[in-house]
Amino acid sequence: MSILVDKKTRLVVQGITGKEGTFHTLACRDYGTAVVAGVTPGKGGKRHEGIPVFDTVREAVAKERANTAMIFVPPAFAADAILEAIDAAVPLVVCITEGIPTLDMVRVARFLGGSGTRLIGPNCPGIISPGKAKVGIMPGHIHKRGKIGVVSRSGTLTYEAVGQLTRLGLGQSTCVGIGGDPVIGTSFVDCLGLFEDDPGTQAILMIGEIGGTAEEEAAAFVKRHVSKPVIGYIAGLTAPPGRRMGHAGAIISGGKGTAAEKITAMRRAGIAIVKSPAGMGAAVMKALRG
Amino acid sequence: MKIHEFQAKAILAGYGVPVPRGEVAVTAVEARNAAERLGGPVVVKAQIHAGGRGKAGGVVLASSPGEAETAAERLIGSRLVTHQTGPEGSVVKRILVEERTSVARELYAGIVLDRKAAMPVIMASRAGGMDIEEVAAKHPEKIIKVAVDPATQLQAFHTRQLVFGLELPQPLQSAGVELFRGLYRAFQEKDCSLVEVNPLVITADNRLLALDAKLTFDDNALFRHPDVQALRDLDEESPLEVEASKFGLSYIKLDGTVGCMVNGAGLAMATMDIVKLAGGEPANFLDVGGGASAEQIEHAFRILTSDGSVKAVLINIFGGILRCDRLAEGVIHAVRSLQVTLPIVIRMEGTNVEQGKRMLREAGLNFITADGMQEAAEKAVKASRRSGVHG
Repeated sequence: MSILVDKKTRLVVQGITGKEGTFHTLACRDYGTAVVAGVTPGKGGKRHEGIPVFDTVREAVAKERANTAMIFVPPAFAADAILEAIDAAVPLVVCITEGIPTLDMVRVARFLGGSGTRLIGPNCPGIISPGKAKVGIMPGHIHKRGKIGVVSRSGTLTYEAVGQLTRLGLGQSTCVGIGGDPVIGTSFVDCLGLFEDDPGTQAILMIGEIGGTAEEEAAAFVKRHVSKPVIGYIAGLTAPPGRRMGHAGAIISGGKGTAAEKITAMRRAGIAIVKSPAGMGAAVMKALRG
Repeated sequence: MKIHEFQAKAILAGYGVPVPRGEVAVTAVEARNAAERLGGPVVVKAQIHAGGRGKAGGVVLASSPGEAETAAERLIGSRLVTHQTGPEGSVVKRILVEERTSVARELYAGIVLDRKAAMPVIMASRAGGMDIEEVAAKHPEKIIKVAVDPATQLQAFHTRQLVFGLELPQPLQSAGVELFRGLYRAFQEKDCSLVEVNPLVITADNRLLALDAKLTFDDNALFRHPDVQALRDLDEESPLEVEASKFGLSYIKLDGTVGCMVNGAGLAMATMDIVKLAGGEPANFLDVGGGASAEQIEHAFRILTSDGSVKAVLINIFGGILRCDRLAEGVIHAVRSLQVTLPIVIRMEGTNVEQGKRMLREAGLNFITADGMQEAAEKAVKASRRSGVHG
């Protein structure tokens, strides 16, 4: 089993005709995802790599019954693309785009509340349920079908974790990249809840980093609501304060959001903390045995 | 992106926020002339991005144009070290000469993003002129917080909460409302990540005045604010970081000797962490990003190796969008054209990895390859210790 994406996923790619959009649409299709439509305003009616392109998301949903959207739209227009997908009542929207202005996402977050849409991202690698569907930019071949749920704010650090898990024979149920921005659509808490309720997930690996309080909130949630083993790694113990470490959300601000604080909160909640990024896979193995 | 106090005050003044009369000067003579034009006693304030200027002697009272000139003479060109600049300090290139104000009460007003609530929050406090984080830690009850929902934007009831919470005297209440509206509009319209007036004062003659002002901007939104971009002061940024930003590389200089080149911010932070765990010190944070071309990788290499304290380079790349053959191409080319003699440890995973490794082997250069982050970190730290003589 898995969460969010599977064989029932019918994907519409917003920004399909761009360079990144094309590359990753093909990669997702090659992985086995049903890519049913694309949206590029002005290119409706054409086919792109054999996929029907529409001018609007509403059309794509109406004509091809798309139930998931993946967004490859440049930062200046990406919030609008997300809003359009929410308005078209697409149940799951995955926004890959990095660099969306924070206040744009504040408005998106408002529009999300009360809608039927779940947003993953922005500034994320997407979601993959190995062996079923890939909605994102991660390399499919490093993944293996299995029972470990992975949720992370990072992209390549997630791949590192997945590589380690796969090498140890620990396949993954679903890997969710929630993104590196300060305002995102889906939190650690949301994913932990989904994994807890998924019969196909046996243990959960969460990968956090400096900035904000999402990991602390996750720790509180785990303590009360999660019975499955949770293993955690936090990047940025050596990050200097006040600097934005690549991700817009990775900043220690006013002394708050340090890796040390997060690790403390997570330990107190019974989450097994991994000290080294090279030990994430081994820590999950140990937690399963323990 | 940060800007100077004088720039922040100019922007806020445009939004109707009352600021002291003042002029910027880049020479002592200009300071004198400014003081003459302002008339009366003035304050001479060093313009650097970092806070803590007052305690470091960067804010000087002057009772005459002559004193203003003397203060400016001492400050301009000097290196000011505050608790926020780091030991190297910041060179003062400009000063702000402002009319001196008699202060009756010091308050605090600021706007930041509340990440958890995903909306801006306006904060105000009667404990002004102090470190707001200290107040938040010791006396959180002294801070009024008003979250502004994008669905309503700033409403009159929000400003009433702030104005009454601050216990502003009745004659100043409407000025207070206007002030908060101005701050909020600036935050929204300029895509700020921080708007801060500390202290916001009530003067002895009963006016509200922003005695200091700080604006920080969302880097992601700068593309739509060319006027804000124009305010960037490259002198306030580390030269290597400025260079890196020209190529869209995310680079932050640190203090160590192991230079790191990684794709992805999370993996880059984790790489810094594992270098430390292996007994070394990272020299930098560097994210070459997902789509880095061979050219960009060469730029990254050049910036990394321009840092004289780097004794060894650790390249940790997990190919996802970034392909290992492209990486190998870029690294080989960079090492050849820059004639890098530093030890280079490379760990690659992901797309086209075998092709990349083959290219490195066949290049005939002394790359040290590693499998896994642990081995890579250990080899890099070891190499950084060995390499004292060359490179």
